[in-house]
Amino acid sequence: MDGGDLILLLNGVVSGLLIGGIYAAAAAGLAISFGMLDIVNIAHPALMVAGGFLTVLLGTALGIDPLLAALLLAVPFYLLGTAIYAMYHHFFERRGDEALQGLAFFFGVMFIIEVGLVMAFGPEQRFLDPAYAYVTLRLGEVDVPLRMLVPGLFAMAAIGALWLFLRRSFTGLAIAAVAQDAEALRLMAVNPVRIKRFAFGLSIALAAIAGGALVVVQPVEPSSGQVFIGRVFAVCIMGGMGSLPGCILAAFLFGVVENVTATFYGPSWSPAVAFGWLLLVLAFRPQGLFGKLA
Amino acid sequence: MTRMTRRELGRLAAGATVIAAAPGLAFAQPANPIRIGYSMSLSGGLAPNGRSSLLAHKIWQEDVNARGGINGRPVELVYYDDQSAPANVPGLYTKLLDVDRVDIVTSSYATVMIAPSMPVVMQRGMAYVSLFGAGVNEAFKYDRYFSMNVTGDDIRSTYARGFFEVAAKLPTPPRTLAILAVDNEFAQKAADSARFLGRQRGLRIVYDRSYPPTTVDFAPTVRALAATRPDLVFLGSYPPDSNGLLRAISELRLSAQMLGGGMVGPQIAAVQAQLGPILNNLVNWDVYSNEPTMDFPGVRAFQEKYRARAAAEQVDVLGNYLQPYAYAQMQVIEQALARVGKPDQAALAADMHANVFKTVVGDLKFGASGEWAEPRNLLVQFQGITDGDLEKYKRPGAKVILYPESLKSGELRAPYGAPA
Repeated sequence: MDGGDLILLLNGVVSGLLIGGIYAAAAAGLAISFGMLDIVNIAHPALMVAGGFLTVLLGTALGIDPLLAALLLAVPFYLLGTAIYAMYHHFFERRGDEALQGLAFFFGVMFIIEVGLVMAFGPEQRFLDPAYAYVTLRLGEVDVPLRMLVPGLFAMAAIGALWLFLRRSFTGLAIAAVAQDAEALRLMAVNPVRIKRFAFGLSIALAAIAGGALVVVQPVEPSSGQVFIGRVFAVCIMGGMGSLPGCILAAFLFGVVENVTATFYGPSWSPAVAFGWLLLVLAFRPQGLFGKLA
Repeated sequence: MTRMTRRELGRLAAGATVIAAAPGLAFAQPANPIRIGYSMSLSGGLAPNGRSSLLAHKIWQEDVNARGGINGRPVELVYYDDQSAPANVPGLYTKLLDVDRVDIVTSSYATVMIAPSMPVVMQRGMAYVSLFGAGVNEAFKYDRYFSMNVTGDDIRSTYARGFFEVAAKLPTPPRTLAILAVDNEFAQKAADSARFLGRQRGLRIVYDRSYPPTTVDFAPTVRALAATRPDLVFLGSYPPDSNGLLRAISELRLSAQMLGGGMVGPQIAAVQAQLGPILNNLVNWDVYSNEPTMDFPGVRAFQEKYRARAAAEQVDVLGNYLQPYAYAQMQVIEQALARVGKPDQAALAADMHANVFKTVVGDLKFGASGEWAEPRNLLVQFQGITDGDLEKYKRPGAKVILYPESLKSGELRAPYGAPA
C-alpha cells in the first residue's frame, strides 16, 4: 500500500465513521422499539423522514438551526409515538396478533406517512442548509465536512443522553425490564403497557432527531426513508438488538465497511460487503455484538 | 310553529334535489369528449416529474378546450397514480382501455414506467406517445410507438456526443476520462455512450464504476475518482443522488477540465436552489434552457401559465425540464387527431409517422422506430452561478447551450471548480 492508498484508507475510515454517526441516529430509535419492545416498526425510517420535513418547515418558519428545530420536534414526535403505540397495543398486541398483523400495521403507517408527505409538501426535495454545512475542515490529508460531523455529534449526544436515562433512572430500568419480562414488571406494580408506551414514544422522538440530522446531511424527499430501511435494521441486529452502545458500534462498523469498500472496490460492492459483514458477525455472535444470549 | 307533514317534507326534499342538481346540469360537459388516459407517477420516487408533467397536461387540456376542443369535441384527461411502481402499470392500462374505454392512451414519465405498459398497449393496437422514455421500443419494435424525448434511437452514438464535441475544443486536449453512473437503465445507457465515444476519441478511461441508487455518502467514491486525476469526468446520476454527488465533489474540491455529462437532477429547480454555486461551470446533458435559441413559438406562454400555478401545485417552480415536452406530447396527439378526425389508431399512427409536428419544443418528426428522427441532446453549462436564487434561470445566461451548434448560445468556461 503506497502513500496515496494510505490517505484513501484514512479518509475512507473517517468518512465511514461520519456516515456511521447518521446510521446510529437512524437506528437508535429502532434499537428501542425493535430491540427492546419487540415491535417491528418498519415505519421508523419514514417517521425519520417526516421529522426531516417538519424540521425544514419549523426551521424555516422560526429561522433556527435544523438541529435545534429537530430537538423541539422531539416532543410532539414523542406524543405521536405514544399515540401510535396505543393504537398498536389496542388492536394487535393486546390480542396477541402483533407478529404478522402488527407488521402489516406498520407497513400501512409507512405508506400513509409517505403519501401524506407528498400531499402536504409535494414530491420535491426539501432542504435546510445551515451555514456550516458548506464548511470542510482539512486535518492534514483528511477531509472532515461539517455537514457530516455536526449532525453526527448531535446524534451521539442524543443517544448518550438516552443511554444515561436508561441506565440511571427508574423508568429507564423499567424499560430494560419490560424487554426481558413484562409479567415480572407487573408483579412489581409497574404497568408494562405504560412503560412500553413511554419507550415507544422515546423511539419516535429519536426519529425526529435523526430526521433533523438527516436534513443537514442531504435533502429529503417523501420516499427517502426507503434507502435506510435495510441499513437501520441491519445495524440494530448487528449491534445486539436493544443495546445502544452496540447500535453505535455497529453503525460505525457498517459505515466504515461501506466506505472503505467504495473507496477501493467501487460503490457497487458496498452494500454487498456491508451486509456480508452482518452475516459474518451473526455467524460468530448470533446475539449481535453487544447482545446477550437468552 | 307550523308542523310539516311527511308529504310536505317529501315535496321539499324533491324540490331541493332538483335545485341542487340544476347547476350541475347547467355546467355539465358537452357529450362525447375525447378521453385521453394514462397512468402518472403522482407519488413515489418519480412523483416530482410526474406531478409537474400532469400540470403541463392540464394546461394543454385547458388551452385546447378553450379553443373549442379537437374537431369540436372537448378533451377529458383520465389518469391514475401508478405510485412510481412499474408493477402497477399493466393493471392501470388494462383498466383504462377495458373499463374506462378511453379513446387515446399516452404514457407515464420515464422508461421504467413506459416499458411495462407496452404489452397492454400493443395488444389493443393503440397509437402511443410516450414521455421521456429512452430506447423503450428497441425491444418491442412496435410500429405505433412514438417517443417524446430528445435522445433519438441510437443513444450509444448520440447521447454523450455533445460532451466530447465540446471537450475537443478545450485549450489543452483531454487525455483521460472518468465515468461514474448510478445503477439504473438510463444512467447506464448514458455511461455506455460516454465509454463508447470516449474510446472512439482515444481517451484513456482511468475510472469506470457504478453505484447503487441507495448510496448515501459519496465522499469515498469521489475521493477514489479524484485520485485518478481525470481530465474529463462523466457522471450519470438521478435526482436523489445528484445532490449528494455534487456536494461531495465540492467538499473534496474535485476539479476537472469538464465535469458533468449525463446527470439528471441539475435540471430541477429544487436542486438548483440548494446547490447554488456548486453548479457553476458544470457541463451537463439537458433538454431545455431559456436561451434565445430555444424561444420556440408558444413555449414562453406555456411557461408563464405553468409558473403561475407551480407553487400552489407544489411542483418544480421553473418548468425548464420535461414540462414543455409533456405539453408537446399532447400537442402531437392534438394535431394528429385534428388531421385524422377520429381516434382511429392505425390512421393516427400513420399520421404521426408521416407528418412534422409544430410544438412548444420546436418542430419535430418521428423516425421509423418512433424516436425523434433528429436527436437533440443539449449540452448546457451553468455559468456565473453565485447563489441559489432561481430567478436567474428564467432568463438567458445562467444555463447556456454549448451543443448542438444550431442552438448554441455561449462558450465553454473551464475548468469545473473555478469560482464564478
